[in-house]
Amino acid sequence: MSVNLTKDTDFDFDESGKPMKLKRRRTPRWRKMSLASYITLALVALLSVFPFYWMYIVASNGNEEVSKVPPTLVPGPRFPEVIGDVFTANPFFGWSLFNTVFVGTVVAIAQVFFSSIAGFAFAKLNFKGRKLMVVFVIGTMMLPSQLGIIPLYMLVSELGWINTLTALIVPALVTAFGVFWMRQIIDAQIPNELLEAASIDGAGVFRVYWSIVFPIIAQSGFVLGLFSFLATWNDFLWPLLVLNDPQVFTVQVAVNQLKSSYTLDYALNMGGAFLATFPLLILFVVVGRRLVSGVMDGAVKG
Amino acid sequence: MNNKSPVSDASQTSGNSNGRRGRRTAAPSPWRADAQPGAPKKRKPSRRDESGSIRALNPGWGYVFTAPFFIMFLIFGLAPVVYSTYIAFFNWDPLELEHPFVGFDNFALLLDDGQFWMAVGNTFSIWFFSTIPAMIMSIGLAAILRNPNLKAATFWRTILLVPNITSVLAIAIIFGQLFGRDFGLINLMLDIFGFDRHIDWITEQIPSHIAIATMITWRWVGYNSLIFLAAMLAIPNELYESASLDGASKWQTFRYVTLPQLRNTITFVLIVGTIGGLQVFAEPLTLGGNFNGGDSRQFSTLTLFLYEQAFVNNKWGYAAAVGIMITLIVLVISAINFWLTRRIASEDSK
Repeated sequence: MSVNLTKDTDFDFDESGKPMKLKRRRTPRWRKMSLASYITLALVALLSVFPFYWMYIVASNGNEEVSKVPPTLVPGPRFPEVIGDVFTANPFFGWSLFNTVFVGTVVAIAQVFFSSIAGFAFAKLNFKGRKLMVVFVIGTMMLPSQLGIIPLYMLVSELGWINTLTALIVPALVTAFGVFWMRQIIDAQIPNELLEAASIDGAGVFRVYWSIVFPIIAQSGFVLGLFSFLATWNDFLWPLLVLNDPQVFTVQVAVNQLKSSYTLDYALNMGGAFLATFPLLILFVVVGRRLVSGVMDGAVKG
Repeated sequence: MNNKSPVSDASQTSGNSNGRRGRRTAAPSPWRADAQPGAPKKRKPSRRDESGSIRALNPGWGYVFTAPFFIMFLIFGLAPVVYSTYIAFFNWDPLELEHPFVGFDNFALLLDDGQFWMAVGNTFSIWFFSTIPAMIMSIGLAAILRNPNLKAATFWRTILLVPNITSVLAIAIIFGQLFGRDFGLINLMLDIFGFDRHIDWITEQIPSHIAIATMITWRWVGYNSLIFLAAMLAIPNELYESASLDGASKWQTFRYVTLPQLRNTITFVLIVGTIGGLQVFAEPLTLGGNFNGGDSRQFSTLTLFLYEQAFVNNKWGYAAAVGIMITLIVLVISAINFWLTRRIASEDSK
């Protein structure tokens, strides 16, 4: 995928252009990591995780502890109690978590499948109008999503999907972003010769996709699936509009509903936010490195 | 809704999307292709394989494979956008049976609506506070991460991405508490450093913008530094070696080696950030607790205004007009961005 550019070079070139061996020198100045750089990184890292820690502090101490000056900075004993309060305030909170996992998984699988077959076609099949279609796909990525939100709402209620998870799943099955991303990946990772060889052996198009293309792009497909899952998990706007029955809430809507009680209960809110965030943090520990390379690949590939 | 890229989630992104954000999003940047210094020069291909596609595979399948995308997109993406443009010309109350045609009245009313302009101003103010400092921070961080001698590079890169995976709602709840007037940690910190005025980060206009911008910045700085890092890794080490041999200082190296290569990435991040910034919604909604954007609408944003008109006031035609205005603003800003970048690029090559 990417060339390893960070390799140390021990060669240089003399005037006639021939390589010559350099004497080992001390680390060149531009490569020196200053202490200040590490301190900066450490500070940023601390700031990146502190709000999560704070969420746990508030959720485990309750409101009184947090409203003291100076506030406590260590976890307290009341975490189970606060989480219990969340489930009392909304008995369907567990369902919301389940709904969200369900919708996220379906959307992720569908996006990987539909995006990769369309991306494959755009990258490797020579059909008429292909180039124009690619331009069209890119163009659609520029449209702000709320432009069509009212008609989309009308359509979804016309179809009788209000208060169903279908309203979240179907419009999200495939996106222009996913298609374009997979096109770039397939274009870059799959040599034409491989496909030529397979098709000469008599494999049909779908067979070629399934047994040659898909295994090669599975890693990138996984990253796309992760991004879709995260986006679905975190989506707030659309579920808020189309769901108003607590049984079908996604977790974001459920957390938002905790705020609707007339007194502002920080511990309760933080407990809800914790439940909505903790699964993602666990997921991130497992797949964080892949997400990092996904973000960086996407940035250069285009 | 279905522009849910990790970027457009910026606001929602993903965005949004969350899409803004999304997000949201690094969408692969189409205009970068020609700008990679290290990229191999395009071969002049023969007419035949110009498309780079496989002749032996039946091209007709291309239509079948792209059909699901196009069908879904036409129904849930394009049709709503077109219909939205249509209802913008009507007085469209979903509770009424009749929807009288009003021509450009919605747009005329909009241009006269103080609340709309307030939302425009707030949106740009929040955008400014969340874009410029974040851009500088993420380029700086990327420059540190670019150093080949950095220890535990993967660890740093990964931890920078943690804020990005959280939902905007959770962020808004946490920061809403941190920014609390009486017991918020941020005011307590300010107190320690000698600012004894307790800022009300919600009722005061500019502080509320800064609070919202902080949430956006916190969520996106790490993500954007990875984007910048990817661009910086495409700069060959040799350039740094020779700059170093020529005795360039760190700042000079950054200014004359790194920065010129980042132009396209900066444009990309700016455009994505702007699209996300114009869709900021969940932060002000959570901070204020309703669609007003604060008691005196001090942090009402364009998207919040759209939702208020559509789903609180039932003025769908009016809200559709707001959506069109948002789109126009996005297009104008993207065009200005493109134009500026090209101008700078052509001046550099003189």
